[in-house]
Amino acid sequence: MNHSEAAEKFTKDVDRTTWHDKTLWFVREKRDKAVFQIPEWEALREAGSRIKHNALSNLDEYLLEFEQNALKNGVKVHWAADGHEHNEIVLQILKETGATQMVKSKSMLTEECHLNEFLIEKGVDVVDTDLGERVVQLANEPPSHIVMPCIHWKKEEIGELFHEHLGTEKGASDPKYLAEAARQHLREKFMTRRAALTGVNFAVAETGGFVVCTNEGNADMGAHLADVHIASMGIEKIIPKARHLGVFLRLLARSATGQPITTYSSHFHRPRQGQTMHIIIVDNGRTTQLGRPDFRNSLKCIRCGACMNTCPVYRRSGGHSYHNAVAGPIGSILAPNLDMRKNADLPFASTLCGSCSNVCPVKIDIHDQLYKWRQVLAAEGYVDSTKKQGMKLMASVLSNPKLFRFSGKAGRTLMRLAPFSVSNPLNPWYKQREMPEPPKESFREWYVNREKK
Amino acid sequence: MNSRERILAAIGQNKPAYQPLPEVATFQSDYPDLVAKFSEILRFIGGLPVLVADYEEAEKYIRQTYSDLPRIVSKVPALSHLATTEWDVVDPHQLETVDLAIVQGVFGVAENSAIWVPEERGGHRVLPFICQHLVLILNASDIVPNLHDAYERLKVGESGFGVFIAGPSKTADIEQSLVIGAHGARSLSVVLLQNS
Repeated sequence: MNHSEAAEKFTKDVDRTTWHDKTLWFVREKRDKAVFQIPEWEALREAGSRIKHNALSNLDEYLLEFEQNALKNGVKVHWAADGHEHNEIVLQILKETGATQMVKSKSMLTEECHLNEFLIEKGVDVVDTDLGERVVQLANEPPSHIVMPCIHWKKEEIGELFHEHLGTEKGASDPKYLAEAARQHLREKFMTRRAALTGVNFAVAETGGFVVCTNEGNADMGAHLADVHIASMGIEKIIPKARHLGVFLRLLARSATGQPITTYSSHFHRPRQGQTMHIIIVDNGRTTQLGRPDFRNSLKCIRCGACMNTCPVYRRSGGHSYHNAVAGPIGSILAPNLDMRKNADLPFASTLCGSCSNVCPVKIDIHDQLYKWRQVLAAEGYVDSTKKQGMKLMASVLSNPKLFRFSGKAGRTLMRLAPFSVSNPLNPWYKQREMPEPPKESFREWYVNREKK
Repeated sequence: MNSRERILAAIGQNKPAYQPLPEVATFQSDYPDLVAKFSEILRFIGGLPVLVADYEEAEKYIRQTYSDLPRIVSKVPALSHLATTEWDVVDPHQLETVDLAIVQGVFGVAENSAIWVPEERGGHRVLPFICQHLVLILNASDIVPNLHDAYERLKVGESGFGVFIAGPSKTADIEQSLVIGAHGARSLSVVLLQNS
């Protein structure tokens, strides 16, 4: 199912679509309130953007510096060319530890690599410990948002799900009650699992350490109690200096949820006594994206989700309609790099309004890239031929004044005499809206007649 | 060629021309009263600021407020007698039943009320997370305006683990309804010492 088909399915439930739209807009408004309290916000974005540009332009050197320092800190460093290699490394570490169960905190990279499916197939029990991720895991779904994984779920449905899996009372839907049930359920996992996997928000070349940001405290509960801590990171998570954390931690939570900072910003540098710590550095298509001048800036992304919360298409079509680990505007410029054929629809899932670029904390030109991907996908032959034919027809009409005037007149007459010719289900513009009254005359006709009077 | 070499070679080939770091990457925040700003933000994110004169008052406050909690760990030397048992455990899992942990923060940040807690201050890394309730002790004079100042003051990597803690653990994953008390501490009081 492509994006527009999936979106059509999602929007069939009008009330749910409105609710989803409003919930995300509420988060966008919280972001605005937080941002307006920082007078230097624009300069801060500029600084964040330029640090990321520097990091990408010197990425190999910074990765080497990071590796060297991490090794000095007693951390084991692995490199994975793709998702499969990443998953194999995780499995190997678990085998060496003798662990068959693992707790995991939020990591979009592992979603991208389909780690859970892989491990479960190999007999490893993986439990996602972020509340939203646990919800979608119990429901056998991928997250629909990178920061709020179950934003598409209503509390009554979560109540039903928890009743089935965690034995909560039937019909209970109070968020406080449900969150408490999840706390108890997951606390048992934290206490008994010997292996924990976390994502990485920022990896500091200068110190060889990494920072993980959460509100729930699940990454820390997992990592500090387990014998083995695995941290998975994409190559683009590198920042050059520790002091740059000041810039990015100021930008991240304000952009994501409107909080001044996440509850926990955990700085990991060395394993605790008796613990083993691993870092897996993953490429999975990122070096290819780095080689595309028009699209490499997408690698600056710090995964705040602001572009999703503001996007009029995302808000009304839901994260799953993007059929990619990262949804929304940023997902739509990352996904075609991974698989052009499969994701050719995504750059078209946008109005190009530019709101995403305006809220991006590291100034990624998201809507420009969406537009550029359309050109690339059309040139490579991944765009539906009817769309191409339609565009060609439109171009020939628009470039021929006589034909343009004739078509306009014919259209107006047709709409007046036979409204059914446009107001029918075959016309996609008629879907969910009334066609406008045809005007009596065109602007040109009005202008010419005005001269005569 | 292994994956490491392949990735590094691909980056070498595909990376853009060198772009320098920005000259300006730190900013000043002008808050007339750092303690007031810190307290305002802490309340906003669900924590409780408590202004006291000294350790004696801090102790009085903690005794009064948490009298119903039986299992208390105190990692603050001046408040060590608040601890209810020895709690000198080897295995961090043994901290599972801790009701209240009292830990000294190094410094706070006014703009977001985050407090820097390196692992040395908690004994076990997991302590400030696994406890049901958390009290952080902070000198009121140890509050810096913003995160740039914080990283100026902090030597990142000096501790094997360190964390900025801002408020109690929370989640809004269920319909964006804020629930305080996710997996970490259910509450956070920051006791600010004015005469220290």
